[in-house]
This record gives sequence, C-alpha cells and structure tokens, in this order.
Amino acid sequence: MKSHINLRNVVVALVAAGLVLLPLYSQLSGNIFILTLFTRIIIFALAAASLNLIMGYGGMMSFGHAAYLGIGGYAVGILAHEGIGSGFIQWPVALAVSALYALVIGALSLRTRGVYFIMITLAFAQMAYYIASGMSRYGGDDGLTIYKRSTFGGLIDLSNRVQFYYLCLACLFGGIYLIWRIINSRFGMVVQGVRSNEQRMQAIGFHANRYRLVCFVISGTICGLAGALLANNTDFVSPAGMYWTRSGELMVMVVFGGMGSLFGPVIGAIFFLVLEEVLSQFTEYWALIMGPLLLLVVLFARGGIMGLLGRFSRV
Amino acid sequence: MSDPLLRVENLVRRFGGILATDNLSLDVIPGELHAIIGPNGAGKTTLISQLTGQLMPNSGSISFGGRDVTRLPSYKRSRLGLARSFQITSLLPNFTAADNVALAAQAHDGHSFRFWGNARKEKHLRDAAHAALTRVGLGQRIDVPVSELSHGEQRELELAVALATKPQLLLLDEPMAGLGVTESARMVALLKELRKEVTIVLVEHDMEAVFALADRITVLVYGRVIASGDPAAIRSNEEVKRAYLGDQHVVVAHG
Repeated sequence: MKSHINLRNVVVALVAAGLVLLPLYSQLSGNIFILTLFTRIIIFALAAASLNLIMGYGGMMSFGHAAYLGIGGYAVGILAHEGIGSGFIQWPVALAVSALYALVIGALSLRTRGVYFIMITLAFAQMAYYIASGMSRYGGDDGLTIYKRSTFGGLIDLSNRVQFYYLCLACLFGGIYLIWRIINSRFGMVVQGVRSNEQRMQAIGFHANRYRLVCFVISGTICGLAGALLANNTDFVSPAGMYWTRSGELMVMVVFGGMGSLFGPVIGAIFFLVLEEVLSQFTEYWALIMGPLLLLVVLFARGGIMGLLGRFSRV
Repeated sequence: MSDPLLRVENLVRRFGGILATDNLSLDVIPGELHAIIGPNGAGKTTLISQLTGQLMPNSGSISFGGRDVTRLPSYKRSRLGLARSFQITSLLPNFTAADNVALAAQAHDGHSFRFWGNARKEKHLRDAAHAALTRVGLGQRIDVPVSELSHGEQRELELAVALATKPQLLLLDEPMAGLGVTESARMVALLKELRKEVTIVLVEHDMEAVFALADRITVLVYGRVIASGDPAAIRSNEEVKRAYLGDQHVVVAHG
C-alpha cells in the first residue's frame, strides 16, 4: 500500500479541520467578519468543485458556470418573493431548474468542442443574465432582495450565522464526497476516459456524448445548490451574479487550486477570495496582482496549488 | 464458401478532389486472416476508419454479420463485435494498462451509468483485464501507467484493449508499426494464436509478416483494389508486382 501521509494530504486535512473549527475561533476572538468571509468562500468552493467535475475530470471548459449560481439563487428568491418560504420547496426547485437548464444547454453545447464549447456556454450564460435583467417583476437589473431566508420547519435556522456556516460546510463536504464517489465509479472512469481520448472510447463502445451530458447536468445541479446557498447568504440575487466575469472567477479558482484534483477547488477558492479580500484593502486595483499570479500558476504550476504540494511531497 | 462476416460494396470516400476509397468492394470470410496491403497513401487507414465508423463513406455500403452498418456510429459497431487497433497508438495515457483494458470490458458489460461503486474494485472487470493483458504478454505490467510503457508494450496493449471487447472481427491497423525485430516476431507469434479464435483484418507494411500470416491478401493502390487472392496468387500477380512489390521483390520471393 502507498502511504497516505504526504504533504498534500496533511494540508488538506489541516484546511478541512480549520474550516470545521473556524466558528469556534470566530466566537472566541469575537471576529464575526471571518465567519462571514468563510461562509462565502465555502459556497464558492462548492461552485468551483462542481465546475472542476466537468473541467478537470470531464475536460469540458464551461465558461458559463455562474449561470447556475444565478438560477439556483433566483429559484430561492422568486419563490420567497411569491410567499413560498420553505426550503423544502425552494431548494429542490433550485436543483431541478439548474439540472433542467444544464440538460438543455449541455445537449446543445456538447455538439461542439474546444473554443466553440467555451463560447457557446458563455453565450447561454449571458442569455440567462439578460433574461434575469429583464424580469421586472423580480427587480430586473437591480436584483431581488430576499427578506426571509429559507425555512426548514425549525430544523435549522439559516439566520443564525454559525448554523448557516455549518450547513454550507456540510454541503461542501457532501458535494466533494459525492464527486469523489463519482470519479471512481464506472461512470467517472468513462468520463475521464472520454476527456483523455474520445475516439478511443467511441471505438471500444462508449457513446461519449451521453456520458458527457450526464456529467454536465450533475455539475450544474451541484452548482445550483451553491446558488441557493449564496442567495441565502447575501439575502439578495441579481443578474450581476451571473455575469461572465463571475464564471471566469470560478474558472480561476479551479485553476489556482488544481484542475482535476478533488480538494483543489476548495484551496483555490480560499486562495482567490482571501487574496481578493486582503489586496482590496490596499488597492482597488487588486486584479493587477491577481492577474500576474494566475499567469505564474498557468506557466509554472500546471497542477495549481495542489500540484505544487504534490511535487514537494515526492521530494 | 460461407457467408462473409464483413461485406464492403462499392465504397467511395473523397477528401476534396482526392478519391481515398475508389469504388472498393471486399469480403471477409469468418475465420480468415485477411491482409490489406498497399503503398503509402493507398487508403488503408481510411478504409479501416470507414469500417469502424470513425469516418463515413460518401457512398457504398458496409454490412457486418448480415446487418447493414454503413451509417452506424462507431460505438454501436463496437457493440456488434467490431474492434480495431490504431496505427498511431491511441490509448488513455494517464490510466494504467489495467484501467485501459478494464474500460473496454466495462463497455461491453451493460451501461455505465453507475455513479457510486468503485469501478477499479469490480472483480470481473479486473479479471477480464488481467486475462487480456496476460494474453498479449503484459501480465507483469498491469498497474503501470500507459505513459510509462514502451512503444512495443503500448502496441500490445492496443491489442489487449481490442480483445477485451470480445470482438468477432478484429481490424488491426499496422500492429507492427515502429516495432523492433524481436518485438515484431512476438507480435507475429501472438497474431498466429489469435487468428485461431477471431477473424482478423490486418493492415500491415511488414511483408514478411503478411505473407506468413494471411489466408488472403487484398492489394490497394490509390483507393482501388488491384488484386485479391491467396498469398501465392498475389505473389505471382503481374499487376501487383508492377504497382507495388517491385522494390520488395526480394522479400516476397523469400517469404
């Protein structure tokens, strides 16, 4: 057996433990801000993990993943606006609508490859953006305020910061566990095989696109969940959250953390959002520093942060 | 003569102004090893790709086991029992040898919309992979990633992957390409074994191997069949000698 104790796994374990213990630290130190920041980070980590499933394992460069954040969020927001406050209704609807959107978009986009796939997923996400902007009943451009967070019949109170934090964390860990099972399953082997060599997979008898599409839908559904969480976190949804720059940020998180690494998106989301937070305290041109950093990762550390850690582990 | 396993009739494929397959007809009889030879650019790989469905013909028909498969996509043909190896090695480089073969076995073991169980722990898939790898002489290299296998081993792995789909017809596109003398000899020995179990269409440049293995040989030049027959007939065919074998005369004479 290979030893499982290496630098990478130690870092992952420490980060996971840190996330679990964070509310304790926040309580003891009275630092509420860090809890708010990390709730947001965890939600984005879940979205990035879902993107990693299709990007890192499936080889599908979706440039429209923010659409699911918006769709999941709007499902919660619109239902709340119409007086349906129960999370037992809101959240399944958020997942179902995200899945349906992914199914339609996927069926159309997966006819193309490479740059065209990137462009068509981008185009659909922008369409979603403009549709949201046009929904005047639900705030249009200005977005939609959610006056009451999803209720779960007294089981959990989403307005309680700590409870909400742990709900998000549970969703993240659950999502990563699900993705882990998927990538090692028969289905996951096929999807990774198709990424590696589609022609070969067809030749041995796999209908590649059917597997791609299902993977695309799973990814979109998980991201829809992140959207529902995000809407509850900000008490607000707006078209801006679906804009293509948001999709780009998710991609950057995946690349920073390490494409095709299970925990990479979590590390990537922490790195990206903490850096953004810290840098923006010094300068509003924080992107000027983020950009070159991304460049360095792409040029010298293809596997992202997880890849770097893996490299040191072997020494 | 029994019904052909594979029947190709008047197949035509154009690339722009070039006729890569020119009204080509061909029968493959169950149990035979049918070699296809021809100079570079004769359209051999183009033909194989049309047989397996990677490439669609402009006209003509292909039937396999009595069923018209002309318009069938490649994954469906694979399920009917048509397998191919690629001239330019085409494997999953970041997977191990066993993963590559197990996936081929998996493709023919029901659907793969199973999301939970660990595929690498499915014993019958691993056993099938193990068997196919042992068969081609890679029994000791099972857990080695493809990227770390030698070229010769990758050629053998190509064959193991094709075998794991339990084919009725094996289309081998230059399995000896790039192999050294010893590796080639091993491949020939392996093919001699395999031909007892499965019908084979072999595209190959190595004339010695072709004449040692083939029951029948079809000669292609510019996408057309110029001759088809047993090795002796091909060897003495004047047109073949003129068009193709001229510079290889010595090899053929001694083959």
